[in-house]
Amino acid sequence: MQFWDPRIEELPKADLRKMQYKLLKSLICRLYSFSSFYHNRMKEQKVHPDDIRELSDVQKLPFMFKQDLRDNYPNKIFTATQEELVRYHVSSGTTGKPTVVGYTQKDIDTWSNSLARGLTAIGLGRGDVIQVSYGYGLFTGGLGMHYGAERIGATVLPTSVGNTERQIELMQDLEVTAIACTPSYLLHIGEVAEKMGVDIKKDTRLKAGILGAEPWTEGMRTRMENWLGIKAFDIYGTSELSGPMFTECGEQNGFHIWSDIALVEVIDTKTGEQLEPGEKGELTLTMLQKEALPMIRYRIGDISSIEEDICPCGRTHPRVTRIQGRVDDMLIIRGINVFPSQVEYTLMSIPQVGQHFQIVVERVGALDDMLVRVELTKESFSDKITDLMQIRKNVEHRLRNALNVAVDVEIVEPGSLPRFEGKSKKVIDKRSL
Amino acid sequence: MDTKKYVIKQISIFSENRPGRLASVAHALGEENIDILAFSIAEANGFGVIRALVDHPEKAYEKLSSLDFNVAFTDVIAVQMKDHPGGLFEIAKVLGDANINIEYSYAYSGKKGAVLILRVDLVDNAIEKILSSGATLLEHSVFH
Repeated sequence: MQFWDPRIEELPKADLRKMQYKLLKSLICRLYSFSSFYHNRMKEQKVHPDDIRELSDVQKLPFMFKQDLRDNYPNKIFTATQEELVRYHVSSGTTGKPTVVGYTQKDIDTWSNSLARGLTAIGLGRGDVIQVSYGYGLFTGGLGMHYGAERIGATVLPTSVGNTERQIELMQDLEVTAIACTPSYLLHIGEVAEKMGVDIKKDTRLKAGILGAEPWTEGMRTRMENWLGIKAFDIYGTSELSGPMFTECGEQNGFHIWSDIALVEVIDTKTGEQLEPGEKGELTLTMLQKEALPMIRYRIGDISSIEEDICPCGRTHPRVTRIQGRVDDMLIIRGINVFPSQVEYTLMSIPQVGQHFQIVVERVGALDDMLVRVELTKESFSDKITDLMQIRKNVEHRLRNALNVAVDVEIVEPGSLPRFEGKSKKVIDKRSL
Repeated sequence: MDTKKYVIKQISIFSENRPGRLASVAHALGEENIDILAFSIAEANGFGVIRALVDHPEKAYEKLSSLDFNVAFTDVIAVQMKDHPGGLFEIAKVLGDANINIEYSYAYSGKKGAVLILRVDLVDNAIEKILSSGATLLEHSVFH
């Protein structure tokens, strides 16, 4: 069994906790002294760095939410200067403003090392050819995996998303051994390959898929493994943590959350109380080493549980089980996070359509299709079909720009969409994973 | 020239492309004792526009609006067609030569032969050209 950094990965749990405490303490001291945002937050919570005397004192610290990044757009809570940053990534915001994350060189190194450990744990290394079919650009998926794969000495094929037939040709010609993409995109690749007469199992050297950025299930894993003749591994992350960050090991039984990089808690969403290992709740992460954008008790909104027993692979770091849902109404469409509030916000600025809408998500073949139904206002009804088509095209265009994902729009009669009292159920998710 | 008497008030109704929508419109009009004299449906992907000439357009507008339909009035003209080969060509040529664009058109079989309903971009202009070509336009009093 291979390790990237066996000294850390197999460190006894007691030592890991000591290390975590030291990292947490120095992080909190640094933030209290040098960041007005974190200083004020701690004051509001009436907690001082002196109150952090053991690891469990993390519970005294205030939580952070995505809203904190939005409120401080673009970089007000960064704790590194622009000169110290080597990269930005940007994700679309829930109500117009995107969220910006920044990295120092050390942050990029930590991120790449986290992935290097994970990729090694699933059996990849020098000699492997890793096709990165996550989007490259503002999204963290492509570049994050790219740097991680280079770190272990693998050869990277940076295909990004799209042009699937070409991806399959290159997979064959360059003898790709592993692919990193969303699970639905891998299913799509499988289907396109079949149409091209390519049997991924026999005609390629593909042996592993590193799949994430959207929810999937054990059923999908079994199906893909049998169909494509690969091992399918789950990967977890989000741009606020850096990007795709934590993978499963060869056991395929939860992501190892490297204790020297992140302190993971599962909390009760309502009370904010920490839950015991094995109990299901909201994942909360504290990034212990980040320089540019430290996240303290960051509530990502994903629901899961922690396993603290030592993994059969020998790694002592806790595992987080497969993500089981969300605490909010966030949707993941082709790997992109979409909040219904983004749709609402965008529609509000288009006078031809009303404020009511309905989102219908379906899986057509392997890929997600998102349909937004909007009501045409009385004032903008035109007898000419071309005018109506233009309105629809404009709404599609505006939504696509706001959400970073292609959307179909259906114009419906005014008053025809369901009205809800209180928390509205504006999303019909027909996908069965 | 008084072109007004040739301008006919068509009602246009936005409709989703799903079963039962036309029935709802027709039922509502029937309830109000409104006679449909001519009509057509234009469809696009997922929705359509129902266009109709009725004997009481105002009443139809009110009734359909009260049922939350998206309704609008559109000005159209109606040409009494000569029932012989080349009849449509004569009318289309008159408009084409005058650089008047036909946005859409439909036909129905009137009491005295075929009637062509036209929506054009320059209504007054079209009325003058058609009349001066010798063709017959139906006045709106024929419908309502």
